Amino acid sequence: MKPYLREKENFGFDDIPENTSFEAGYLVSVNSGWRSIRPVVNVEKCVGCSQCYLYCPDGVISIENKKAVIDYDFCKGCGICHKICKLNAIEMEVER
Amino acid sequence: MTVKDLAKDEFFYGHKACAGCGGSLAVRNALKVIGKNAFAVLPAGCMSAVGFNFPQLCFANNAIISTFAGTASMLTGIEAGLRAKGITDFTAVGFAGDGGTADIGIQALSGAIDRGDNILYICYDNEAYMNTGIQKSGLTPFGAKTTTTLAGKNIHGNIRPKKNMFEIAAAHNIAYAATATIGYMEDFLTKVKKASGLKGTKYIHVIAPCPTGWGISVSDTVEIAREIVDCGLWYLAEYENGEFILNHNPKQFTDVAEYLKKQGRFRHLNNDDVDLIIRSRDEKWDKIRNNWKFGKD
Repeated sequence: MKPYLREKENFGFDDIPENTSFEAGYLVSVNSGWRSIRPVVNVEKCVGCSQCYLYCPDGVISIENKKAVIDYDFCKGCGICHKICKLNAIEMEVER
Repeated sequence: MTVKDLAKDEFFYGHKACAGCGGSLAVRNALKVIGKNAFAVLPAGCMSAVGFNFPQLCFANNAIISTFAGTASMLTGIEAGLRAKGITDFTAVGFAGDGGTADIGIQALSGAIDRGDNILYICYDNEAYMNTGIQKSGLTPFGAKTTTTLAGKNIHGNIRPKKNMFEIAAAHNIAYAATATIGYMEDFLTKVKKASGLKGTKYIHVIAPCPTGWGISVSDTVEIAREIVDCGLWYLAEYENGEFILNHNPKQFTDVAEYLKKQGRFRHLNNDDVDLIIRSRDEKWDKIRNNWKFGKD
């Protein structure tokens, strides 16, 4: 379970709730445009120790089949995962 | 508690915090420990500003914005309301910054501890009002440069020491209080887990560096949060059953000057200022080592 990206992006006046409550975990925009560098996992070096997953402020790293997988929609490219990885399995590459 | 025990769910996702934000890391992992039955209260501050940008709502569990001063009183109300509705399986948890805890929200927090309400209050301490543009708070340490404590020729940043919020909470004879840092995440997770299982008021004070306000690189957040403990300017401790317990007793401190020089907010300090900081650190640790119990490391 986690908040996910919805298709509806434009909210009209009628869509705005009358009180201050709304559905939880409702995402309409990505954060990928914030990045100037992106983390890239070297799957040969990665052993799935989960340290990058534990210390990612955005929670975009998950461990699948004992390898780190990054959700590039919401990664901001801070580089904490690159520094935390003892095996140097995550390299930061310039965003094109 | 280690990373293996952590739920795979994400409850704080897609938020608009700055890259490398320490506060968002604390909120994210605390909610992962507490789980989907958390009722989160966030006062005006960074985490409510980045989490609730309608229609981008980043909390997957119940979450509400409170007044700046009213984190603890809203937690009291939520806890009482849910109890009245017959709901028992929940954790009312508040995430307030250092200003929202030690300055603006301190009377509400003090009242809640006094009543012994069954709530968990987590203060993510980034050592200034970062959301409004880095103004000094009660938890800004000595010597730090902010936009209201400027560093000039005569005055070198903040002239007052950091308020001792952990011991203020403990002085209420609170059920459980603890200090932590996002740099030692397993320790923080263990404390959140322990606190969410206890009855009564629980207070956790977690250091969460802010790259913007501290003048560090966005990738250094975790490293600097470890170093603050390693150099002795912060300690990992608990307060339970009327006793202070030190969780981590460093055999040798790392260089304080090195820790300070890494950060833009301390770069103006001269050797006398650094000596003063080291002296006050040593005084604090003398008191800790003489009076507190030692837990297992």
